[in-house]
Amino acid sequence: MSILDIRNLTVSFKTQDGAVSAVNDVSLSLQKGECLGIVGESGSGKSQTFMAAMGLLAANGKASGEILFDGQNLIGASESTLNSVRGNRMGMIFQDPMTSLTPHMKIGRQLGEVVIKHRGATPAQAREQALAMLKRVQIPEAERRLDMYPHELSGGLRQRVMIAMALMCSPEAIIADEPTTALDVTVQAQILDILRDVKERLNTAIVLITHDLGVIAGLADRVAVMYAGRIVEVADVRSIFANPQHPYTKGLLACTPRLDDACGGAMTTISGQPPNLQRLPSGCSFHPRCGYAFEKCTTERPALEVVGATRAKACFKTIEAA
Amino acid sequence: MSDALLKVRDLKVHYPVRTGGVLVGQYAALKAVDGISFDLKAGETLGVVGESGCGKSTLGRAVLQLVPTTSGAVSWLGTDLTHKSKAEIKACRQDLQVVFQDPLASLDPRMTAGDIIAEPLRNYFPSMTAAERKAKVQDMMAKVGLLPAMINRYPHEFSGGQCQRIGIARAMILNPKLVICDEPVSALDVSIRAQVINLLMDLQKTFNLSLIFISHDLAVVRHISHRVMVLYLGKVMELAERSALYDAPLHPYTKALMAAVPIPDPDKERAKARVILSGDPPSPLNPPSGCVFRTRCPKATELCANQTPVLDTAPAGHEVACHHWRG
Repeated sequence: MSILDIRNLTVSFKTQDGAVSAVNDVSLSLQKGECLGIVGESGSGKSQTFMAAMGLLAANGKASGEILFDGQNLIGASESTLNSVRGNRMGMIFQDPMTSLTPHMKIGRQLGEVVIKHRGATPAQAREQALAMLKRVQIPEAERRLDMYPHELSGGLRQRVMIAMALMCSPEAIIADEPTTALDVTVQAQILDILRDVKERLNTAIVLITHDLGVIAGLADRVAVMYAGRIVEVADVRSIFANPQHPYTKGLLACTPRLDDACGGAMTTISGQPPNLQRLPSGCSFHPRCGYAFEKCTTERPALEVVGATRAKACFKTIEAA
Repeated sequence: MSDALLKVRDLKVHYPVRTGGVLVGQYAALKAVDGISFDLKAGETLGVVGESGCGKSTLGRAVLQLVPTTSGAVSWLGTDLTHKSKAEIKACRQDLQVVFQDPLASLDPRMTAGDIIAEPLRNYFPSMTAAERKAKVQDMMAKVGLLPAMINRYPHEFSGGQCQRIGIARAMILNPKLVICDEPVSALDVSIRAQVINLLMDLQKTFNLSLIFISHDLAVVRHISHRVMVLYLGKVMELAERSALYDAPLHPYTKALMAAVPIPDPDKERAKARVILSGDPPSPLNPPSGCVFRTRCPKATELCANQTPVLDTAPAGHEVACHHWRG
């Protein structure tokens, strides 16, 4: 059963230099209780896909296609419909916990506001639930933190508060956009542990958007790889890592430095740079950087095709397993 | 090590921080760097790792004399820089260069790439003719993988990776002996990161360059460094050759850091033993007594609270500051 079903989503932004397509014809579904990892570099459209799902696109952005949350289309939906979903049935965790918490509101009130608004809780009930949630995300001295302001907390604690806030209404899905990118690695490990616990114990579906393949490896069940606004490969997490079928996925894996390989010598790279979205190459957007490219790739764009039971890829070539 | 280019001895950088007082301020010392010593040879890369606030950037800046040092010595080719006048330091800076983290913010948006890369030449060789300068700049652009034809473009016309190449070209144009790289690839995408790392390693080989490579990313540091120093709250926890440190870390902090780095392999990542450090690093304004790491250390005992461990020489060239490294 899918809780979030994105169909043929296209997101474009009007700019002074003309329209820019940030997301092109993306279809994805999030199953109940699963963790879907979204990997891509800056400008790949990984964040904008889900900003569109939350109705949070910038004013010059426009989404078309369908975003079905439990069967209800969120594109073009009224603010009140959106508000009945976001924060309530679908939570969001942003990258920077400092700028996404209200600086002049105490933690307890910020958390409580969510249940007061969505569930009609009384302030006393809200405070109690906020306290329980802070404990759930393992915030030490939770009682004292309720009366603190965000600036009094460290980055790791703030990110826990963000997670607690996203969980206040027991949502069916959480969208976590680079939830650990701003954190130190030891704190990142703590936050990932909490997300793992949320997924396993509360059966909350999680969309984990990140550029870090290591983070994906530890938490995701399925992975979608995005490049230049399109999905280039989708597969279960083990297949993506063991047997990448798209040259970009393969390249990303090869150039990610890791602690468990033999090191020394030059690092493997992907030549060139990610394309400018306003001047996308013809055919497959990845072809100028691709070692497998042949003539067809420069003129025709490969569609995302199903290969095998659980995966799909957008590439004309078949890559042999290493 | 008599052939060391750079010798840093017991370097301290303490910042006065106002902690109260209405008319007369009360100040406490924030010990950003607190007694760090190391040597660096020609052609060697020293990796400096640690979490935010551990003093790794301050260390880099103190070596360059970009921040005032409180005590200790930074001796470059045998002369101590900490007591030199501005003019004397300027003369040394020809050999000591820096590459910063944010590739776009560290370039003047109103200067062309060519002007940015040429600026050190204007400063140090004012008599050089414009034609000579241009030739040198274009030569350096080619060496760092930029098209020399892009000499008249402005920073905003370049991608992040290319801007970082401009920053590297600017650092390299005076043919320095040491380049301090402060998180040079942290702002870059994964596919571009590897390109910049390879560029730095190539330049090192070509020019027998010494590098101090400051980063929070242990995997990147492992790739580029010959020796690695692990910092925590301004102090060295462990210093060792690359393979000795990564294959057999001795300090509990180094072990915890490494365990926390996710491995891009679902089976290994899910099977690995989790050593999760609780909490965040304490405030450097009010560091714990004794060993600064003891509040988060799984091995901490009473001894750790009472006595600050000194850097101990351990087998395989490790230096480690822990009472319990033996087990």
